[in-house]
Amino acid sequence: MTDGAGARRWDRAGIGLLLLAALAFPLVFTNAAITTYAIFTLMWVAIASAWNILSGFSGYVSLGHAAFYGIGGYALALMAESWHLTTGGYATFAYIPLAGFIAAVFALPIGWIALRTRKHSFVVITIAFIFLLQLLAFNLQGITAGSTGLPLPTPPWTGAFFNVPFYYATLVLAVAAVGVAAWVRRSKFGLGLLAIRDDEDRALGFGVPTGVYKLAAFVLSAFFIGMAGALDGYFSSYVYPQFAFNPQTDITMAAMSFFGGLGSVAGPIVGAVVLEPVQQLLSVNYADLALVVFGLVLLAVIVFLPAGVVPTLSAWARQRAARSAPTGETGAPAEALAPIRGVGESS
Amino acid sequence: MSMLEVEGVSKRFGGIQALQGCSLSVEHGSVTGLIGPNGSGKTTLFNVVTGYARPDAGTVRFEGTAIDNLPPDRILALGIGRTFQMVRIFPRLTVLENMHVPVRRQGLAGVLSGASTHEERARVLDLLRFVGLERLKNEPAGNLSFGQRRLLEIACVLMAGPRVILLDEPGGGVNPTMLRAIAGHIRELNGQGITFFVVEHNMGFVMELCHRVIVMHRGSVIAQGDPEAVRRDPAVLEAYLGE
Ligand SMILES: Nc1ncnc2c1ncn2[C@@H]1O[C@H](COP(=O)(O)OP(=O)(O)O)[C@@H](O)[C@H]1O
Ligand SMILES: [Mg+2]
Repeated sequence: MTDGAGARRWDRAGIGLLLLAALAFPLVFTNAAITTYAIFTLMWVAIASAWNILSGFSGYVSLGHAAFYGIGGYALALMAESWHLTTGGYATFAYIPLAGFIAAVFALPIGWIALRTRKHSFVVITIAFIFLLQLLAFNLQGITAGSTGLPLPTPPWTGAFFNVPFYYATLVLAVAAVGVAAWVRRSKFGLGLLAIRDDEDRALGFGVPTGVYKLAAFVLSAFFIGMAGALDGYFSSYVYPQFAFNPQTDITMAAMSFFGGLGSVAGPIVGAVVLEPVQQLLSVNYADLALVVFGLVLLAVIVFLPAGVVPTLSAWARQRAARSAPTGETGAPAEALAPIRGVGESS
Repeated sequence: MSMLEVEGVSKRFGGIQALQGCSLSVEHGSVTGLIGPNGSGKTTLFNVVTGYARPDAGTVRFEGTAIDNLPPDRILALGIGRTFQMVRIFPRLTVLENMHVPVRRQGLAGVLSGASTHEERARVLDLLRFVGLERLKNEPAGNLSFGQRRLLEIACVLMAGPRVILLDEPGGGVNPTMLRAIAGHIRELNGQGITFFVVEHNMGFVMELCHRVIVMHRGSVIAQGDPEAVRRDPAVLEAYLGE
């Protein structure tokens, strides 16, 4: 049984251990280079998990959600400017949900327009949006200062400790994004999104409010990605159009989810944890090769493990369990199907 | 008053007149068969009745109320369920998850809470037991055989609590054993008061199960009556032989 109480207890124990390890991490590893890796890895766990709520669950692949990353960063910069927050501190973190909220408010009309179309055209429209917003960030000089960029509050911390508040803030964001993704996956709302992925018209015919669900998932993804953008902006103290509204951010969040497994809660986490350090290492040591190697790894995954790493491994584990326990009621595919196929069913 | 009344319905796809002034009715509590050569408009008629296609002309009434122009989910909510000729299930959802999709919830709290409540799950398991798919409940529906998918699709439609179910070729791609099982389920459900309107090519199935048979040809009804009389009708023989 995949939903057995025993399996759930193991899951819970595993999650508890992971959380403990994440909480202790900066106490064990004080080196700033290492905690910086950790911060970006957690940031990508949050982004990929949030992206997965829309694109993994509903099948509407957005290559434009980096727009909300940018909006989040600029929102925090503009709040800081108009409220004269030049030096940051712990209180600055409190503005991050507000920046996410502003990104979500933008997501409402953008999602409403983009979701007029079905899956393939949707991808194209979202790509158009990221370029449109980058263009606006470059050209609305009065608001964004164009290519000069905007400053954010300067964090007051120094030395090796500088990273620690950011580490914990990012951990909170990652846990929240994963938690919300897990909760959506188990909810009636999430079931509706998965039904949309498989057969949208049939889902509609069964009474699933597909339009509302898709828009809600779009906005929810944007909210978390907007917060990630604001947090990254605060961490780097500056936002620029080409980095805030970066199409490569879109490719990365999609790639991580595809790598780990689209539509599963653990998939984007695995994707971010495996690929972000790889990407960082490569870009430090072999700057030119980084994108090439990253692309090849991805190609290999898409060709050899099209379902992603997590679903492939769990299917493999289930098969092994079925083979080693041929008599028990494991609910494994091969043996569960056998008796009914035995009635003489074709195909 | 009949349960379902189709009156003068026409539907055109480009140069093809799929339905041409089609009129028929389905009685409460009956199992009514709909036969006719390929391309005679049976599936199109089902699409019009269930809101998946809009008629160019004519009306469809369900228990006296006009339903042409209503969307599919409203028509299902009124009590008309259907299956598809090519079977439409959600292949990457498990059998259990498939069964929960047609269950409606009211309000934000209902939508945001778990995908399956105790009562819902009890009903799902009852129905899965009824169609014999309980052991496969955690299996992705895409792993089922074609016949099992047909059973799952019927069980899913039953979750919506319909009073009439339109089955589009339930025997298509299904072996004789499975078809007998499906016929048994239809008979049992009909005994519980659910009306059936069934398109099927297997004549043994139609003769055995249907109280009344309607024959379509080129988008119109050319014959109707009890199964034996329809089988001997020269117009029906000609329609089939003419193809
Ligand atoms: N969506 C559609 N677009 C174009 N032609 C269609 C469409 N649906 C059905 N048709 C045509 O309408 C006619 C009736 O088809 P259909 O209702 O599927 O017949 P049946 O179910 O009796 O085999 C056929 O000629 C078919 O090709
Ligand atoms: Mg047909």
